[in-house]
Amino acid sequence: MDFSILTDHFGSYMEGFYNTILSSLLALCGSFLLGALIAIFRITPVKGLRWFGTGYVEFIRNIPLLLVVYIFFYGPSALGFPLDGFIAGTIGLSVYTSAFIAEAIRAGIMAVPKGQTEAARSSGLNYAQTMVHIILPQAIKLVIPPLGNQFINLIKNSSVLTLVAGLDLMYFADGISTETYRTFDTYIFVAMFYLVLTLPLSYAMRVWERRLQRKY
Amino acid sequence: MDFAGAYSTDNLKFLLDGLYITLIVAFISIILSFVIGCIVGVIRYSAIPVLSPIMFVIVELIRNLPLLLIIFFIRFALPEVGIKLGLITAAIAALTIFEAAMIAEIVRGGLTSVDKGQIEAARSSGLTNFQTLWHIVLPQGLRRMVPPLVSQFISLLKDTSLAVVISLPELMHNANIVIGHGYSYAIPTLLLVALIYFSVNFLLSMLSRRLETKTV
Repeated sequence: MDFSILTDHFGSYMEGFYNTILSSLLALCGSFLLGALIAIFRITPVKGLRWFGTGYVEFIRNIPLLLVVYIFFYGPSALGFPLDGFIAGTIGLSVYTSAFIAEAIRAGIMAVPKGQTEAARSSGLNYAQTMVHIILPQAIKLVIPPLGNQFINLIKNSSVLTLVAGLDLMYFADGISTETYRTFDTYIFVAMFYLVLTLPLSYAMRVWERRLQRKY
Repeated sequence: MDFAGAYSTDNLKFLLDGLYITLIVAFISIILSFVIGCIVGVIRYSAIPVLSPIMFVIVELIRNLPLLLIIFFIRFALPEVGIKLGLITAAIAALTIFEAAMIAEIVRGGLTSVDKGQIEAARSSGLTNFQTLWHIVLPQGLRRMVPPLVSQFISLLKDTSLAVVISLPELMHNANIVIGHGYSYAIPTLLLVALIYFSVNFLLSMLSRRLETKTV
C-alpha cells in the first residue's frame, strides 16, 4: 500500500473527514429533536397527531435515504432557493433518521411498565408531568443503545453527501483518486477513516447493551 | 412544477425500466445475502475455532463501512488488482456482501436467543451438536428472525438506490436523468419515485406481517 497518497493528500482527507463528522453530529441533533417530536405525536391521545406521526414514520422508513436527500437538494432548486449539497444532505439525513429515532423513543416509552403511569396519575400528576418526571427518565436508558446505533448509521450514511457534492470524505476521495489514478489505495484509506469512527462506537454500544441486559 | 411533462409516456416507461432493474438486483441480492448470511451466522454462533473469529472480524469490518463505499470500491477499485466485474454483477456483489454481514448478525442473534434449556435437553436426549442445531435451535431461532430479516430486506431494496454511484440504470438513476431534463420535473418525479418505493416496500412488509401471524 502506498502511504504517500495519505501523506500527500492529508489535507483533503482531513477536510472530508471533518465534514463527515460535522454532518453526522448535526444530523444526530436534528434527527433526535425531530424524532422526539414525532414519538410524542405517536403516543399522544390526540388522534390527528397520532395519525400524522404514524404516516410520517411509515412513509420515511419505506423510501431510500438518497431519495430524501434528493428531495431536499432538487426540491429547493426547483422552487427557486437552492441549498448547497452539505446543507441539503444534512437535512435529508436528519429527516430520514428521525423516523427511526422516533420508533426507538416510542419503543423506550412503551417499555416502561403501565403501573408507573397509573401510580403517577393517581398521585395527582397530570399527563405532561407524568411524561417528564416519571416516564422519560426511565425510557432514556433504553433509548441510548438504539440512538448510538443510529449515530453509527449516520456516520456511514453521511457518505451519500458525495452524490450531491456535499464535501464529505467520499467526495474528497473522488478528487484524490482522479489526481493519483490510484483508486484502490485511495479508498482503502477512506475505509480506515470511517472505521476509526464506527468501530469504537459499535464496540461501546455492544458493551452498553450487554450491561442493560444483565440488569433485567 | 410540470407534472404533465414529467409524467410523459416516455418518462414513465423510462422509470419503469429502472424499477425493473431495481427489483431484479434486489431480488437476486436478497436470495444470495440470505444464504450467505445464514451460513456465516451459524458459523459465528457455533464458535468453531479459527473460523468463527475470522468471520467475526470480517462481519464487523463490513458492517461498519458505508455501503456506498463498498459499491464504489468493488466497481472501480478492484479492477486495479485484477478483479473486473460488470455493472450489474458489481452492484449485486456489493449489496450481497454488505447485507449478508447484516443478516449474519440477525441470524446469530436469533440463534443465541433460543433458551439454553432447550439445548441442554436436546444434548442430554442424545442428539449430536449438529442435530441440536438443525432440529431444535434453528426452527425456533428462525421464527424470531422473521421481523428483523424482513426489515433488512426492505433496507436492501432501498439500498439499491446507492448504485447510482456506479451508474447502474435502476430507478433512482433513471429518475436523476429525468430530473436532468429540467428542474420543473424535479418535484413531480421525486414524488412519483417515492410513491413507487413506498408501495413496493409496504407490500413487502404487509406480506411479512401475514407470514408472521402464520408462523408465530
